[in-house]
Amino acid sequence: MIGTTITMQRNGHFIVVDHLVKIYTLGEVDVHALRGVTLQIDRGEFVAIMGASGSGKSTFMNILGCLDKPTRGSYLLDGIDVNTLSRDELAVIRNRKIGFVFQGFNLLSRTTALENVELPLLYSSLPSKDRRQRAIEALQRVGLGDRLYHYPNQLSGGQQQRVAIARALVNNPSIVLADEPTGNLDSRTSVEIMDIFQQLNDQGITIVLVTHEPDIAQYAKRQIIFRDGKVRSDRPTQSRRRAAEVLRELPNIDEEDEL
Amino acid sequence: MKLWNIVLSAFRALQRNKMRSFLTMLGIIIGVAAVIMMLAIGEGAQYSVKQQIASLGTNVLIIFPGSQQQGSIRFGAGTVTTLTEDDAFAIKSECSAVAYVSPGTRAGGQVVAGNLNWSTGIEGCSAEYLNIRQWPIEYGEFFTDADVKGAAKVCVLGKTVASNLFPDASPVGQTIRIRNVPFKVLGVLSAKGQNAMGQDQDDIILAPYTTVLRRLSRFPYLRYITVSAISPEAIPLAQQQITELLRQRHKIQPYEQDDFTIRNQADIAEAATATTQILTILLASIASVSLLVGGIGIMNIMLVSVTERTREIGIRMSIGARSRDILTQFLIEALVLSLIGGILGILFGIIGSTLVSHFAQWPTFITAFSILLSFSFSIAVGVFFGFYPARKAALLNPIEALRYE
Ligand SMILES: Nc1ncnc2c1ncn2[C@@H]1O[C@H](COP(=O)(O)OP(=O)(O)OP(=O)(O)O)[C@@H](O)[C@H]1O
Ligand SMILES: [Mg+2]
Repeated sequence: MIGTTITMQRNGHFIVVDHLVKIYTLGEVDVHALRGVTLQIDRGEFVAIMGASGSGKSTFMNILGCLDKPTRGSYLLDGIDVNTLSRDELAVIRNRKIGFVFQGFNLLSRTTALENVELPLLYSSLPSKDRRQRAIEALQRVGLGDRLYHYPNQLSGGQQQRVAIARALVNNPSIVLADEPTGNLDSRTSVEIMDIFQQLNDQGITIVLVTHEPDIAQYAKRQIIFRDGKVRSDRPTQSRRRAAEVLRELPNIDEEDEL
Repeated sequence: MKLWNIVLSAFRALQRNKMRSFLTMLGIIIGVAAVIMMLAIGEGAQYSVKQQIASLGTNVLIIFPGSQQQGSIRFGAGTVTTLTEDDAFAIKSECSAVAYVSPGTRAGGQVVAGNLNWSTGIEGCSAEYLNIRQWPIEYGEFFTDADVKGAAKVCVLGKTVASNLFPDASPVGQTIRIRNVPFKVLGVLSAKGQNAMGQDQDDIILAPYTTVLRRLSRFPYLRYITVSAISPEAIPLAQQQITELLRQRHKIQPYEQDDFTIRNQADIAEAATATTQILTILLASIASVSLLVGGIGIMNIMLVSVTERTREIGIRMSIGARSRDILTQFLIEALVLSLIGGILGILFGIIGSTLVSHFAQWPTFITAFSILLSFSFSIAVGVFFGFYPARKAALLNPIEALRYE
């Protein structure tokens, strides 16, 4: 059912949000996290969302990722009105079309890198042999082909985030949503993560990324700035940076560790 | 998510907290083992009661003096004197459904043979008594009607008495002294074993009731009359005939109560079986309370587990787990706990029952029914007590679960 709707809507924008409002009620107080966000994102875009703390970036990402529903306003993902979907239908969308990368990595502890990456495939009906193969490929794509059986606590922060990216990729999503993916990483590792995102984007995957650092936003194609739950500015990146080039110029202090 | 994968990951989740999983299971193990053992013991008790009662002879009736009302308070035997020898003779000659009649009385005392002595019960009865009890003589012979009429000082010994007073020689033809009265031993009864109450039925001496009444008892009236019907089917008829006869003989008006009580072996059997059945049910219910407690233990641990793993649940939801995937995951974990616990419990129950019958000499029977019952009970416990925590997990809000710290 979802599949047919997708093909029908190839010509429109990939993401259309219209006057999105999100109000959290905390006892007597209403917190207006989003006060009417309207924007479109097309396939193949690489968007960086910035803004002060509390401006509603994470709230917006959660709605984009079908983890949360807006209080008012509409959200069309690939032509599907997400507001009309049930809990389980949203779960299927998250599984098939969306890949998440979080600031805190959110890997299952005491579970190997490979099993972590396999996890989304367990919730899609893929034969177990293909699952393993796909998960290994995804880990190779982020440069962790030799860390398959490491547990999260045996990996560096950058490596853990790459496992998380592999997990986001493994089901071939149309869009990857990353909420401050480099927030816990040092600057060199951050650039390496941005390199991976740029490569994925070059392969046609749409990427929306939240960051506090203007440097990181420079790797995106388009920069949106939130303020008080609204879009304050929305412009293409001037003189976009290529992470691969930056990495080449950076001194290699700990090549062995990062491999 | 395929069921097999869920079962696998449930096993892995339980493995991560081995000690905790084991302790949780322990509740179920103990509960199931207790249920199995209690049912096995109860089943064994029912079996032995039935056996004992069958060995008494199924068409036996016993007539006691005193009415049912009095019977329930049970006047110390010796205060009611309404049954007479003539009543017994009348029953024998007038009730067509009655085969054998034995007036009965009882005395106790010290028995001496040579330099050995033994304290036992002496039962006074008629020459027909062994026909009623279907109790053969092992060697020697039983006393005759003539012995009874003449109140002869003769007796036969139960197996236990014989082996205690005459450990080496045959007692037949020897003289024993019961409360200083010399009795000639005519024979030895075959072994009958324990009765339903666990008493040794072979610890007895049988003597003519006339002799016992006159020489040994300070209470010269019959304590009961034992009667056998011509067949088990004739029991109700015999009972009716005896009732009519005795009411007439005792001149009881229609509005008055009987001054005697007739009990038949089937009644006693039924009462005894019913009692053991109730006992079995009672034991099993007490045992199943521990199963219930085990179930609550599962629920408790699953709730803790859901809280501890809230973040994991959030992560799983964010990558596409549906509510029912989470529900089945936690339900299966609870089920695996209760199933393994159930299987181990059945094993321990079987071992325990075997030990009981070995050391307590008590027959135990493990029926397929009791295994099936406790197995399905433990599954039910898993589903029932696992469902609430699993549902709680499944209904978590993905965002809140992810944020949980
Ligand atoms: N579950 C919630 N309940 C109540 N208020 C919330 C909740 N989540 C967010 N908010 C409020 O909504 C507003 C926007 O929060 P949000 O997390 O979207 O900000 P943000 O832009 O991601 O901030 P940061 O850069 O610090 O991550 C904040 O004022 C926050 O307090
Ligand atoms: Mg945020």
